[in-house]
Amino acid sequence: MSDTRSVTATAEDAVAVTPPIRPARRSPALRRRLELTVLLTPPLLLFIGFVLLPIGIAAYYGLYKWTGFGPLTNFAGLANYKIALTDPAFQQAILHNVIIAVLSLVIQIPISIAVALLLNRGIRGRSVLRLLVFAPYVLSQAITGVMWLLILQPGGFADQLMQAVGLGSFVQLWLANLNIVLYTMFVVLTWQFIGFGIILLVAGLQGIPVELGEAAALDGASGWQTTRRITLPLLGPTIRILIFLSIVGSLQVFDVVWIMTGGGPAGASSTMATYLIQSGFRSYEFGYGSAVAVIMFIVCFVFALVYQRFVLRRDTRGALTRAVG
Amino acid sequence: MRSIRKHAAITLAATAALTLAACSSSGSSATSSSTGNKHVTLTWWNNATTGYLRTVWTQAAAAYHTAHPNVTIKSEPFQNEAFTTKVPAALAGSNPPDIYQQWGSGQEATQVPSGKLTDLTPYTSSWIGQLGVAANAWQVDGKQYGVPYDLHTVGFWYRKDLFTKAGITSPPTTMTELNADIAKLKTANITPIGVGSKDRWPDAFWWEYFAVRECSTATLKAAIKADNLSAPCFVKAGNDLKAFMATNPFQKGFLGTPAQLGAGSSAGMVANGKAAMELQGDWDPGTMTPLTANKNLNAQLGWFPFPAVAGGAGSPTTALGGGDGFTCTTGAAEPACADFLKYLDTPAVQTKVVAANVGLPANPAAASALTLPAMQSVQQYNQAAPFIQVYFDIAMPTNVGQTLDTAIANFFAGQATPQSIITTVNQAAKTQ
Repeated sequence: MSDTRSVTATAEDAVAVTPPIRPARRSPALRRRLELTVLLTPPLLLFIGFVLLPIGIAAYYGLYKWTGFGPLTNFAGLANYKIALTDPAFQQAILHNVIIAVLSLVIQIPISIAVALLLNRGIRGRSVLRLLVFAPYVLSQAITGVMWLLILQPGGFADQLMQAVGLGSFVQLWLANLNIVLYTMFVVLTWQFIGFGIILLVAGLQGIPVELGEAAALDGASGWQTTRRITLPLLGPTIRILIFLSIVGSLQVFDVVWIMTGGGPAGASSTMATYLIQSGFRSYEFGYGSAVAVIMFIVCFVFALVYQRFVLRRDTRGALTRAVG
Repeated sequence: MRSIRKHAAITLAATAALTLAACSSSGSSATSSSTGNKHVTLTWWNNATTGYLRTVWTQAAAAYHTAHPNVTIKSEPFQNEAFTTKVPAALAGSNPPDIYQQWGSGQEATQVPSGKLTDLTPYTSSWIGQLGVAANAWQVDGKQYGVPYDLHTVGFWYRKDLFTKAGITSPPTTMTELNADIAKLKTANITPIGVGSKDRWPDAFWWEYFAVRECSTATLKAAIKADNLSAPCFVKAGNDLKAFMATNPFQKGFLGTPAQLGAGSSAGMVANGKAAMELQGDWDPGTMTPLTANKNLNAQLGWFPFPAVAGGAGSPTTALGGGDGFTCTTGAAEPACADFLKYLDTPAVQTKVVAANVGLPANPAAASALTLPAMQSVQQYNQAAPFIQVYFDIAMPTNVGQTLDTAIANFFAGQATPQSIITTVNQAAKTQ
């Protein structure tokens, strides 16, 4: 958008400076409009048809008690929303999403930053390490889920490995213990997604001019001081984006959990999305499922808006002023 | 095929659900409503996406076309799990497929109000008796809306060699004997029973079989009809299960064990001799084979029905099971469609269905094609059963059935009581 606007401004300035000859004035405007129409219409139609419309339809379905068959006749108002929000199973699922989000912030992101700082140094085999760190992210979540399901079976690879290195007493029923299974899920999710965060941060680090660090070193700053006072602040925008992606990802967790536990045992690892599929679609409760989907959408959307408004504003405003000015 | 259906959940359900609208377009292309001399094309949604059954269906469609040149059958296989969302979408639309996969009972009854299911009774009444009582599961209010092509029965698959090792001479016929055998197996350091609780539906088999043994046939029928489990025998079933589970018959960490995925699954454990038995459907030998390098497996596998429960009102010959079938929709050329379903139940096709190892034949005339000796025992038990109780989650309306599965799974995890299972299910039935 910003680009288009700057183009607009330039063109209008040009028009203002040149003598007002009618055809010359009309044709760039027409061309502009034509360009806009041709370029924007298809994505706009796609966006309306596949994003806005389904959200609207889901909101509409969510007002009905509907099995998926026949016309929507059984209007339920906000009953579906009320049932969902008062269902302990759904509350538990929301809590699990929040726990995963908090753990991502407290554990996953600091580790990502540490590893990224390490990988940004001139160590041997750096590119191989980067590749290794990023590799799990390339796997499909279905494969990750099945793989870890097999690894974590009682007496499976994970248990044997722990016994071999003398950690046998820490072996747990990773997927069967109701108090542990959610944290097992978090470990698997971290294994899969931490590479993405690291690569993002490494890219951010490479955008920081080396001279700043060198100048600081000349002034007698220690490595830690340089990192804390120069590198991390300059990495701020990347970290803020990473936090945003982590939280949105945590709110939407589905595939890995669904494959490994189906949200069980007894809902101990459920998330909003597994609840949605189980209580909505698998039970032929399409109206109810739609209502849950809308709740999930609102949670994510409100978070995104608030975060954009209060946290990312600084970063995006910078970008906008530069483009427009 | 239930096995695959239950287990391949993964993302398909999600994607299919989210693209409802996009999915519903490939419907019927029947060009006329009567067979006459006009040419008709029947679109056929089935779940044979891979394996030998797919070949069997392709051949059947071709053979039927050769015999009836004016009827073309267009087979469109879909992943099993996709049917959960594709069928409702198609029935809600104006252009459903002419023939689609049908598991009968409550799920079928949920679909009938759409008005899109053909009442096949006039076409099937002359021959459906050959299939025995099992075909009744595809009736709603006495009308035949679907026709099965294979049947399933749940029972114990056990390792004869491990039983012998533990000093068990013959399979148990009562719960007392089963409990004694479990003790013997434990003494011999063998995990007595494997169960795939991660997938939830194997848990349900346990509760359901106790219910089938505790409740009389009349009580079962009435409960399913009214979607109400208030009869005292259902709480007794839960109590039986509770007492049974207190003896710790299952493998360690069973709550996280999948039913069929990998050597560590419950099927894999039995196949590899890590557990002595499991309560599963007749598809189990087919599931086990790829999970082990044990070439002797088929000879080592035996089968016995769920034991009698002392004091229960149910007969020990009543079976828990189900099956796979097809339904014709109202847009289809009805006589041709019904005739095709009849053709699928002829011994010629049924023999091939049995060879595909997907279940017991719907037509008992093809039973001789069952090669595994243990499968013959299953077939005999199925045929002798005075009543076959369809899996509760299929027999009841879908949302109630799913609630029951969840409640039983919670019970296995120690998060529900025999009474709370009943309360939850009755509540779900009331609000539906």
